[in-house]
Amino acid sequence: MTLNRRRQLANLLARGAMWLTAGIALLPLSLVLIYTVAKGLPAVTHIEFFTNVERPVGIPGSGIAHAFVGTVIMVGLASLMAIPVGVVSGIQLVEYGEGRVGDAVRLACDVMVGIPSIAIGLFVYALLVAPFHTFSGLSASVALAVLMLPVVVRTTEAAVALVPDALREAGLALGLARWRVALQLILPAAVPGVVTGALLAVARAAGETAPLLFTAFGNRFLSTNPAKPLAALPLIVYHDALTPYPELVQTAWGAALILIVLTLVVNVASRVALRRQIRLAAKI
Amino acid sequence: MAVAEQAALPRPAARPPDSFRNWTTVVSLVAPLLLVAIVLVVGSNALPAIRHFGAGFLTGRAWNPVKEQFGALPFIYGTVVTSFLALAMALPVGAGVAIFLAEPSAARVRGVIGVGVELLAAIPSVVYGIWGLYVLAPFLLIHFTRPLSEHLGSIAVFAGPARQTNFLIAAIVLAVMVLPTLSSISRDVIKAVPGGMREASVALGATWWETTWRVVLPAARAGIFGATILALGRALGETIAVTMVIGNRPDIPTSLLAPAYTLASVIANEFTEATGSLYPAALIELGLVLVLVTLTVNILALLLVRSVSREARA
Repeated sequence: MTLNRRRQLANLLARGAMWLTAGIALLPLSLVLIYTVAKGLPAVTHIEFFTNVERPVGIPGSGIAHAFVGTVIMVGLASLMAIPVGVVSGIQLVEYGEGRVGDAVRLACDVMVGIPSIAIGLFVYALLVAPFHTFSGLSASVALAVLMLPVVVRTTEAAVALVPDALREAGLALGLARWRVALQLILPAAVPGVVTGALLAVARAAGETAPLLFTAFGNRFLSTNPAKPLAALPLIVYHDALTPYPELVQTAWGAALILIVLTLVVNVASRVALRRQIRLAAKI
Repeated sequence: MAVAEQAALPRPAARPPDSFRNWTTVVSLVAPLLLVAIVLVVGSNALPAIRHFGAGFLTGRAWNPVKEQFGALPFIYGTVVTSFLALAMALPVGAGVAIFLAEPSAARVRGVIGVGVELLAAIPSVVYGIWGLYVLAPFLLIHFTRPLSEHLGSIAVFAGPARQTNFLIAAIVLAVMVLPTLSSISRDVIKAVPGGMREASVALGATWWETTWRVVLPAARAGIFGATILALGRALGETIAVTMVIGNRPDIPTSLLAPAYTLASVIANEFTEATGSLYPAALIELGLVLVLVTLTVNILALLLVRSVSREARA
């Protein structure tokens, strides 16, 4: 009887401990969110924060418009490079990826996700910055594209694989060419999943700092020229947070708040959309 | 009979060349080629340093760019200590969360908590950095590290004086950042344990915890180990958040409360200022070490996780 009671007690304690670990895991998320909102809100409640560029310390009205523009340009260019290649690779993996080549591509993508982003920065620096003797937004977007590519490939593959085989078989049975089936039948059915995967990659790229350090470098002025150094939101957070000036630290918190809102909105929205597609696929 | 019938059928005409297959295959090779290019380009740019310092680079303790002394040991030490410390903190929590999330009951609550944990992975590294620097570091200094060094300072790992930016806080921030990797993969592995094993255990009269501890976890052990190694790979390469809270000093301190440096953060900090030919090459060689180590760790982990899920399917 006492043995049984001890076992029941251990069971109860273990169950409690599992709930406790779940609580511990959620603690940092809530703390990061609360503090970023609390410290960033005073910065972002001024309209100049979004319309002005950086001003020298001590002069009020400093903003991050230049960083916003830089991030949009670089992430946009990176998306133009990574998303088409990634989507096509993902389709290839589903349609023809059974063999060795497919396995190699999958392994390469999974391994690439784990390569430190700072190393990708070094790679692009050696390839596109050092030979041209100037930091540039374009080189930074190449670095971001390298980061995005494996994510797009794998999420596209997952989304396309969700499309029921019956659809493919129906198309082939009607005598459609393989490319027609893949691009005009399967891909449209997988669009919600592909788009959410691409959006997740975009959100990840927008928040990356390390690969920009020696590619985009940062810029204190508004510039839209991707052949020259560009400013970026994560670079603002990184550089300004490490200065001793309270105004700049305030700016850093504001930019951090914008980054976190951006990434969380994309993540939550994509999760909802993905769940809907999985439910849809289950119905078919 | 059936075989004979099949043999009697006319052979299908040779298939037309599938150009769609060909060009998509070429496009899909971009990712593996990039991977190879990363290793080759980083490796070739590290050559000047590799030639100049040889194997002594990895064991050198001095890092003095002015005198052109470059040794990687302080950074390797810092990277290893922060990563393993982070894993030691994240593993119990991550495994607990994974067990918690793999349970079928109260699916809605668990779903919300699961999404919350995975959102940890979505927060940009630099946001963890600014939070660690301005919120966590001052809090820990007053309530944890300073009392720790005052009362337990005689133990080498807690020797003072406590600094605001140090090993310990870098490890804590890293632990938070690798938690989603650890818990979501472990959850999938635990879920893949055949239900029959649980049922058999419960039918023998085991409690939930006994089933989990003696049946489910041993069956999922290899997969959880794989998830841990994958998390290790993430921790080794994490740059910005660590750079902001580790203190950036190329020492090899025994105390966890002292500032240190990691491979990734020294590159982030010094690369744009590195002049001459040897200094950048030395930093790139640190990058090469980082790439090779994370590659090895990741491939190992992936093979492990894959073999486990293949076993579960079979």
